[in-house]
Amino acid sequence: MPGNPDTTGLPVVSIRGLEKSFGALAVLRGIDLDVARGDVVSIIGSSGSGKTTLLRCINALETYDNGSIQLDGVEVQFRNDEAGRRQRRNEWELARLRAETGMVFQLFYLFPHLTALQNVMLGLRKVRKMEVAEAKSVATDWLSRVGLADKAGSLPSQLSGGQQQRVGIARAAAMGPKVLLLDEITSALDPELVGEVLAVVRKLADDGMTMLMVTHEMAFAREASSRIIFIDAGRVAVEGAPGEVFREQANDRLRSFLARVSHL
Amino acid sequence: MLYHLNFGLIWKNIGKLEWGLLLSLELAVVAIAIGVVIGLGLALIYEQSSRPVRALVSLYVEFIRNVPLLLLVYLVFYGIPTVVDIRYDGVTSFLATLSLYAGAYLVEIFRAGLAAVPRGLTDAGRAIGLTPLQGFIHVRLPTMFRVILPSLSNTFVSLFKDTSVASVLAVPELTYGAQWINFNTFRIVEVYAVVTPMYLIAGYGILGALRLLERRFAVS
Repeated sequence: MPGNPDTTGLPVVSIRGLEKSFGALAVLRGIDLDVARGDVVSIIGSSGSGKTTLLRCINALETYDNGSIQLDGVEVQFRNDEAGRRQRRNEWELARLRAETGMVFQLFYLFPHLTALQNVMLGLRKVRKMEVAEAKSVATDWLSRVGLADKAGSLPSQLSGGQQQRVGIARAAAMGPKVLLLDEITSALDPELVGEVLAVVRKLADDGMTMLMVTHEMAFAREASSRIIFIDAGRVAVEGAPGEVFREQANDRLRSFLARVSHL
Repeated sequence: MLYHLNFGLIWKNIGKLEWGLLLSLELAVVAIAIGVVIGLGLALIYEQSSRPVRALVSLYVEFIRNVPLLLLVYLVFYGIPTVVDIRYDGVTSFLATLSLYAGAYLVEIFRAGLAAVPRGLTDAGRAIGLTPLQGFIHVRLPTMFRVILPSLSNTFVSLFKDTSVASVLAVPELTYGAQWINFNTFRIVEVYAVVTPMYLIAGYGILGALRLLERRFAVS
């Protein structure tokens, strides 16, 4: 399975005191979060609460101001130079570390000039440096795991939204990431296509893939996650097993958030 | 008025046209190749740079685009050597001019194309661990290429036709060959009746080549 066997017991992702502002707007104000191997953590919260920014910080698409994000004990975005000063890693180091975290986007963002198979193969070839035959076999395997073996030769424009998103998941998962980051992956889909995508996520979870997902699918979060994080005003406001979080609704803001989304 | 068509003199001199077409194509290919390097390079520089640098790029683009090509050709061939101590033949001079000319048009096309690639697509490339160069080659460039292909085809064919301007420097390309036959045989209708389809077919060929290139880009 993806990821290394758990020998250390350390969390895969460990975030401490994460802070991030866009200009005067403080989006993240001290996030602490651990994700253990095999965990499926759902992040919920109103829009603008910093959920997506948090995911983008973890795979270094976004930089942050303070705090730390460690992936298997390695600081993701920064390193200390000879003088012990904190330096942002250069783009090449970041690229190497990004390959260890998979990201699935709300709007899929498949490479439009490549077939489904080639979309999955690109990272395997260019980043994992696999031979064509090996990359092809890994990619084909992943396409069948997301139920799209017969669409290998299709271009993204020939696929439905749900199919595109499943290719997006295969593209990220095939890299064997330590953690898969899912950013509202069903928000752009027609309602009847949501199920097929969630089924794939469910299957990955059952197979032990470590996942951190931002979602508005409360029913799915409740059923598929091992843990729920409610982010409010840039902080983790409530955190716990799905049962407790939804049952106890330990916080006014969470209660009003859940009341609002349940009307959707 | 009676005018008897007589292609005999054209066929006798067809070598002038064949070699002329070949030279036209060579001029176009070299100018396009250099133009693409200038255009893509400046488009990337423009994208990454501060305002003064951008202004310089815009100055170049606007200067070239607002001055007739014929005038630029004269300026480079006759103008520059009178001011600076430098000597070059018609072909070199014209190639330099057409390349700069091509570059100015291509900067604009590449700039628009780069801007049209969604940020999310670039991010998707970064997210699977592509380095900046890999992301550029495997994600931005091909995506941009598909966007700009129509304008690129237009420009390439225009540049091919613009090689006819080289005839004013007595560069023996296709139009010059036609003029030569015209002046020496007075078969004006016949020579242009032959040269026009030659331009037409070659122009179409360039479009076809671009289509092939597109397909090549689509498969990695």
